[in-house]
Amino acid sequence: MTRAVHDIGGLPAGPIEIAEHERTFFEQRIDAMMRLLAHPTHGYYTVDAMRRAIESLPREDYVGLGYYERWLQAMRKLVVEKGLVSEADIEGKLRSLANEAGQK
Amino acid sequence: MKPSFAPGDKVRVVARETATHCRTPHYLRGKRGVVSRVFGTFPNPEQLAYHRIGVPHVPLYQVDFDYAEVWGKAAPNTRISADIFQHWLEADR
Amino acid sequence: MPHDHSHHHHDHPHDHDVHAPINESHGARSDSILLERALRELLIEKGVFTPADVQRQIELTESRDPELGAKVVAHAWTDAAYKAWLLRDAKPAIETYLGIDLNLTPELVVVENSRERHHVICCTLCSCYPRAILGIPPAWYKSLEYRSRVVIEPRAVLAEFGTRLADDVEIRVVDSTADMRYMVLPMRPRYTENMSEAELVGVITRDSMIGVSVLAERPQ
Repeated sequence: MTRAVHDIGGLPAGPIEIAEHERTFFEQRIDAMMRLLAHPTHGYYTVDAMRRAIESLPREDYVGLGYYERWLQAMRKLVVEKGLVSEADIEGKLRSLANEAGQK
Repeated sequence: MKPSFAPGDKVRVVARETATHCRTPHYLRGKRGVVSRVFGTFPNPEQLAYHRIGVPHVPLYQVDFDYAEVWGKAAPNTRISADIFQHWLEADR
Repeated sequence: MPHDHSHHHHDHPHDHDVHAPINESHGARSDSILLERALRELLIEKGVFTPADVQRQIELTESRDPELGAKVVAHAWTDAAYKAWLLRDAKPAIETYLGIDLNLTPELVVVENSRERHHVICCTLCSCYPRAILGIPPAWYKSLEYRSRVVIEPRAVLAEFGTRLADDVEIRVVDSTADMRYMVLPMRPRYTENMSEAELVGVITRDSMIGVSVLAERPQ
C-alpha cells in the first residue's frame, strides 16, 4: 500500500531538533493569513482543504520546505481554487516584486 | 448516523487504499484494536477537504491498539490510540 | 517588532535566547519570501482581508500561552470534582474555569498521567495540537522526526527529551488524527502538596502537558 507524503507515522527518521526559536514575522504572517482564510465562520475554505493541499505537494517539497512554507504553498493553491485570486494575478505580482527588487 | 460501536468493542481498521484526503493513518490500516471512547458525530473530513459540506456526519471513535499488533514486534507496556471514523472500522470477531 | 510574552518555561535546555529580537524571515527560501508578500498584497488588494486583520490575528495567536493549560491543571490538582469533570468533558470544564469562549475551536480531551500510565500526544499526519490552551506548538512537535518516530519508538523519543519511565509504566501514544485535541494532565509532584494554585501554575511546564516530560520530583 503506498503512502501519501504526509502519512509518516512509523517511518525511520533522525534525531529530533528540540531547540526552539521565536517565530519570524514571515511565519507569523503566514499563520495569520491561513487562520483568516480558513476561519470557521468568515473563512473561504476549511483546515481540511489546507491539509489536502499540503498533502498534494511533491515529496521533495513536502520534505524540503519548512512548515510554514508548506502552508504558503497550500494557500497559493486554494486561493486560486476558490477564485479569490487568479494564477495570472499571482504570476504578475511575483514578476513586479522581482522587478522592484532588481531595481534596488 | 447512529454509532455502530461502543466502548469495549473489538474493531479492525479497514485496509483500503486511498488517493484522496484521509485521516486514517497508513500505519493503522488493517490493524485490530478496541474502542475506548465514542466521541459523537463530525463532518466527514474527506468531503470538507474538497469544499463539500461533509454530511452526513460520521461517528468518531478513539481506538486503542497494542504495539505488537501495529508494528509486528514486541514492546512491552506500549499502546497507541488514534481517532478513527466509523466508515474506516469494521467489527472484529 | 519585539513583543513581551509570558515565557512559560519548558523542560529541556536550549541555548537560544528566546528574548532576542524576532527575525523577519530567517530560514525561508527567497521564492517563499516573495510568494508570501505577493499573496498578502493581492489578498489585501482584492479586499479579502486588511493589514489590520492580519495584525490582529497575529496578536490573538501570540496571546494564547501554555499558562492557560497550566491553570487548568493546577485547578484539577486541587479540586477532585473539577478534575473528574475535566477528564469526562474537557471543553466545558475549561471554558467555565478559565472564563473563555472555545466555541469555534476544536474539541478537547484531557488525559491523565499516573504511576501506571503515561500518555504522550502527537499528530503523525500534520500538527494538530490543543492551541486554544497551550498556544503555538513547538517546532519539534511539528517536525517529521517527532511525527514519524513517536508512534514506533516512544521510549527512545522521550529519552531524547531526558525522560525515562520505568519499564512497568504503560506508555500510551495518542495520535490526534481527527477532530479531538489532546492535553495531558501531568502527575503532581509530591513536594508541591502545600503549594497554592498560583504557585502550582509556575511548576507545570508545557512539555509535561504534551507528555514528553514528567514534572521533576524536586523543586527546580
